[in-house]
Amino acid sequence: MKKIIKYVILDILRNRIMIGYTLFLLIIALSVFGLEGNPSKGVLSLLNVVLIIVPLISIIFSTIYVYNSAEFIELLVSQPIKRRSLWMSIFTGLASSLCTAFFIGCGIPLLIYVPDATGFTMLGMGLLITVIFTAIALLASMFTRDKAKGIGISILLWFYFTLIFDGIILFLLFQFMDYPLEKAMIAFSFMNPVDLGRILILLKLDISALMGATSALFRDFFGSGQGMIIALLIMALWIILPLWFSVRRFAQKDL
Amino acid sequence: MIIATSVTKKFGRLTALENVSVTCNKGQSIALIGPNGSGKTTFIKCLLGMVVPDSGFITFNQQNIIHDWKYRSHIGYMPQVGRYPENMTIAQVLDMMKDIRREQKAALDEELIEAFQLGKIMNKRMRTLSGGTRQKVSAAIAFLFNPDMLILDEPTAGLDPLSTEILKEKIRKEKHKGKLILITSHILSDLDDIITEVMYMQDGQLRFHKSLEQLKEDTGEKGLSRAIASIMKANAQ
Repeated sequence: MKKIIKYVILDILRNRIMIGYTLFLLIIALSVFGLEGNPSKGVLSLLNVVLIIVPLISIIFSTIYVYNSAEFIELLVSQPIKRRSLWMSIFTGLASSLCTAFFIGCGIPLLIYVPDATGFTMLGMGLLITVIFTAIALLASMFTRDKAKGIGISILLWFYFTLIFDGIILFLLFQFMDYPLEKAMIAFSFMNPVDLGRILILLKLDISALMGATSALFRDFFGSGQGMIIALLIMALWIILPLWFSVRRFAQKDL
Repeated sequence: MIIATSVTKKFGRLTALENVSVTCNKGQSIALIGPNGSGKTTFIKCLLGMVVPDSGFITFNQQNIIHDWKYRSHIGYMPQVGRYPENMTIAQVLDMMKDIRREQKAALDEELIEAFQLGKIMNKRMRTLSGGTRQKVSAAIAFLFNPDMLILDEPTAGLDPLSTEILKEKIRKEKHKGKLILITSHILSDLDDIITEVMYMQDGQLRFHKSLEQLKEDTGEKGLSRAIASIMKANAQ
C-alpha cells in the first residue's frame, strides 16, 4: 500500500495545479493578515476562503484526478493488489497532498499571525474539510463512468454544501419561525460539514455573541468538551461514510 | 489450475457471459476463439477479477478468487489495448511494476525487453508511443515476472511481422516450460503451431472446449483456420 501511495503522490506532485493551489492560498492568507491590523478580522476574512475555496478545490481536483488515473487504476487492478488498498492508497495520496497544500498555504500564516485557539481550530477545520471533500469526491466519481458527468456531480455537491443547504435552512427557519428551532438547528448543522466547521470557528471568535439566541445555545453545546467531541465525531463520520460507500462500489466495479 | 463454474455476467440488458464453465490445467495452451463481441475479453477480465461475475465462481488453485487477490501474482496479463499512465516513461512504468510485484523473489525475465529493443526508447513517454510499441510494452510486462499462467488478449494485433515472430517464439518457449497459456486471437494462423486446446465462444456461451486433434478430427479439416471457419459457417446457417 505504501508503494502505491508513493506513486500517487509523485504523480500529483508532477501536476503543477497543486503548487498553484498552495501559492494561491499563501498569497490570500498573507495579504489578508498583512492588510488587517487586527488578526481576528483577518481570521474572519480567511474563514470564507477556507469554507468556500478549500471544499471546491478539494472536490474538483480529486474527482478529476480519479478520472484521469483510470489507466493507472486499470493497470494495477490486474496486478496482485487488493482493490481496497488500491482505492485507499489513492484516497490517502490525494488527501495528504491536499492537506499539505492547505497546511503550507493557510496553516503556516495562521500559526504565525494567530497562534491561539482560534488559529488552531481554523487549521484543524480546514484540514478536516479537505479530507471530507476528498472522500465525497471519491464517492461522486463512483457514480458514473463519464468524466464530464462526474465533475458535474462534484460541482453540484459543492454547490449544495456551500450554498443550497444554507438556503434550505433559512427557508425552514422562516417557515417555522413560531416554533422553538434552536435544538433542531444543532441537528441540522450536523448534516453539513461546512456549516459545522463554520460554527466551530465562529464560536472561537468574540463576534459569536452578536448572533443571538441560537448562538447562545450553540455555545452551550459546542463550547463544552462533550459537544466538541460529538462535533469532531460527526466530522469523522463525514469522512468515513463516503469513503466506505466508495470502497464498496469500487470493489464491485467492472473495469 | 483455474476452474470457472457457471459464470454469468450481464451488462444491463446485454448478456456478456452465460453459464460459462471451464477447467484449464497446467501445461495446456488454450486458444479462446469466437466472433467479435462473443465475450472473450469479458471472460478473461473475470479470470483476472477486473470484472465481477453476477453469478458463478472462479477458483485458482482451489481458492475462490473473489476473496483472494494474491493469485494474480501467478498471472501475466497482456491486455487487448494496453492503457498506461500517459505521462510516465516506459522505464518508469516498468520500474513501478517491478516495485509493486517485488514480493516474489523469482528472477525477472527481461528477454522480451531485449528482443524488442525497448532499451533504446526507455525514456519515451507512454503517450508518444505507437500502438505496436505499446503492445510490446504490454507483452514485456506480461512475461516479466515469470508467471505460471499467461493470459494474452490479442497479442499479435498491431505488431509487425518480425515482432510477431519474436513474441510467438517466446510463447512457444514458455509453453515448453509447462505454463498455462490462454490466448485469444483472430489471426488463427498465428495460433496453429502454439496451441493444444481450443475453446470456442459465441453469444456469451462456451460452445465447446476440446483438444486441437479432436477438433481437426471432428471437422475433417487439417488446419485450425479451416476447422474454425467450417464451424462458424455451420453456426451461421
